[in-house]
Amino acid sequence: MYEKFYRSLYRIRRVEEEIARIYTTDKIKSPVHLSIGQEAVSVGVCEALGRDDIVFGTYRGHALYLAKGGDLRKMIAELYGKATGCAKGKGGSMHLIDTDVGVMGMSAVVGTTIPLAAGYAYALKLRGKNSVVASFFGDGAVDEGVFHESMNFAALKKIPIIFVCENNFYSIHSHQRARQALCNIAERARVYGMPAERIDGNDVLRIYERVMKGVQEIRSGSLGPRFFECMTYRWMEHVGPNEDFEAGYRLRSEAEPWFEKDQVKRLGDFLDPEARQMIEDEVEGEIREAFEFAEQSPFPDDVDLYTDTFKEA
Amino acid sequence: MERILTYAEAIREATEQEMARDPTVILLGIGVDDFKAIYGTTKGLIEKFGPERVFDTPLSEDAMTGVAIGAALAGLRPIHVHIRMDFVLLAMNQLVNIAAKGRYMYGGAVSVPIVVRAIIGRSWGQGAQHSQSLHSYFIHVPGLKVVAPSTPYDAKGCLIKSIRDDNPVMFIEHRMIHYQKGHVPESTYTIPFGKARVLAKGDDITLVGISYMAVECLRAQKLLTEVGISAEVIDPVSLNPFDLDAIAGSVRKTGRLLVVDTAWVTCGVSAEVVAQLTERFQDSQQIRVQRMGFKPVTCPTTKNLEDLFYPNSQKIASAAYTLVHNNRKFWTPTHVEPPEIMEFRGPF
Ligand SMILES: Cc1ncc(C[n+]2csc(CCOP(=O)(O)OP(=O)(O)O)c2C)c(N)n1
Ligand SMILES: [Mg+2]
Repeated sequence: MYEKFYRSLYRIRRVEEEIARIYTTDKIKSPVHLSIGQEAVSVGVCEALGRDDIVFGTYRGHALYLAKGGDLRKMIAELYGKATGCAKGKGGSMHLIDTDVGVMGMSAVVGTTIPLAAGYAYALKLRGKNSVVASFFGDGAVDEGVFHESMNFAALKKIPIIFVCENNFYSIHSHQRARQALCNIAERARVYGMPAERIDGNDVLRIYERVMKGVQEIRSGSLGPRFFECMTYRWMEHVGPNEDFEAGYRLRSEAEPWFEKDQVKRLGDFLDPEARQMIEDEVEGEIREAFEFAEQSPFPDDVDLYTDTFKEA
Repeated sequence: MERILTYAEAIREATEQEMARDPTVILLGIGVDDFKAIYGTTKGLIEKFGPERVFDTPLSEDAMTGVAIGAALAGLRPIHVHIRMDFVLLAMNQLVNIAAKGRYMYGGAVSVPIVVRAIIGRSWGQGAQHSQSLHSYFIHVPGLKVVAPSTPYDAKGCLIKSIRDDNPVMFIEHRMIHYQKGHVPESTYTIPFGKARVLAKGDDITLVGISYMAVECLRAQKLLTEVGISAEVIDPVSLNPFDLDAIAGSVRKTGRLLVVDTAWVTCGVSAEVVAQLTERFQDSQQIRVQRMGFKPVTCPTTKNLEDLFYPNSQKIASAAYTLVHNNRKFWTPTHVEPPEIMEFRGPF
């Protein structure tokens, strides 16, 4: 199990480090919102899900896409704006999708995918499927009315959904305290009528364990939403490839305890050095290959501008 | 010596001067107190006017629009800033059902003096949901004034006018003109709504450019002089009310009209202008008309498709040339990417 977790965590971290490195060359011509430091949430949750389960995410979606099994080559090609990308180069980093593995898309408008996940879960229930949906969003999305309306609907209809709030304390540069009178989001979710808990410490194993329990309960017939507020921390700037502790809205000292909680390092240390080295070598090879694939892929043809506005008969 | 400011600085100055003049003016919106200060347009205002008159809001566009309207009913003059016009979609109900209609449906008993600053994004692959220009949605609805100035001078005067206006005003800013520099007097002044501005005089064709497209039309006008075509460039400045007379006067002279919008063409400003002018001229003069805007698809992220998607000075000049030559001659100048697009890497 540790090996599997480590592979996923390490892979996401290294992919995003490579994105940050390559970004300065302007080969990626669109905004990127990195999840470095927050990988544990996507990995912990997705390890508790199966291939037939569904996730909906946000513009900060690289980690979720990869943790759920999204195709790495297609993701990098998408960032490069290439025709071989997961959205044919038309969506970019903020709109990753891989329906083969249940990654149902990401949106750049905060909060918009929460009700989509609820609708999907409603349909799964109606159609007698045994899958669950996981809806990922940030603490900022909790400010939006649509979050609250979706909570109510999910509890009312007892749909098979896991809400995952990635609480990294910030919406861009606004601290949660500047936006919400009560900062315990799980507590507020509970009053809508669903089990809800806050998971501290960015702890990938704990997230996995708690979500796994929720998923199993749902699968064994105890339907209805479960809510997890996962405390985590964004190491990089809101958007872009750099750190931003000099910007003034937060201090490096606030981040340091979270650096200590680095789950990539933690899980890595659990492994014996040889096994670890093997995983790292394989992942590095895969990443190199994915970037080469993206580099060598063609840009979309001019006529592709007009395709996919509608599904053709 | 002329006093030169950027468009963004002009907006900041207008806000600061009006807030200093009138204690009922407040400024709210996601990120107005941020160190990036909405591309500099709100810089220093919280320090100067305090956190009660200048405040960051929760991510609650719908409710905050209602809050702004409620505050306006109570005598304040809120300026509500949206860093992307795409997010104003969450506020449509309050804007369309309350702000626009409040005065009429209550028989004149109240008024709603709010300003909604909506910024249009573009460039660096911002894609489907961060690049929309939806001003025509607002123009469609009676009761909302809509302005989209293209020069720093007009930005300042229009914003001051918008703040002082007793009605809801949508103030549309394109991200790519925030960098434009121009003469801006230090004193306060207002720009009247419903009065277009002629940016360049010409005889062969009338180019009407909406918002950022006024800048691109001016560039096209220069390109056209190389092939002996003299284009008149008009910036409507205010989209509702709209100065049709100014455009009609120009088209009477040139006989040709190309309207370029930074938005989709169908049901947009360009469609409206052409329809109204055609109605006006149908018994008196044969005119040639054309519309230009986004391609009728969602904005793609990848650069090569994005370049096809957007109108630019090259495409404008080429279309104007064809119009002037009655579809019998064609010419396309080489495209030079303008600096604001070439250099843009955020902030987003
Ligand atoms: C409806 C809407 N309002 C505002 C924005 C601008 N915006 C983009 S990301 C963001 C921060 C959201 O914070 P959070 O939900 O905590 O996610 P995080 O970025 O921390 O992962 C904001 C305000 C937006 N994209 N959509
Ligand atoms: Mg956050």
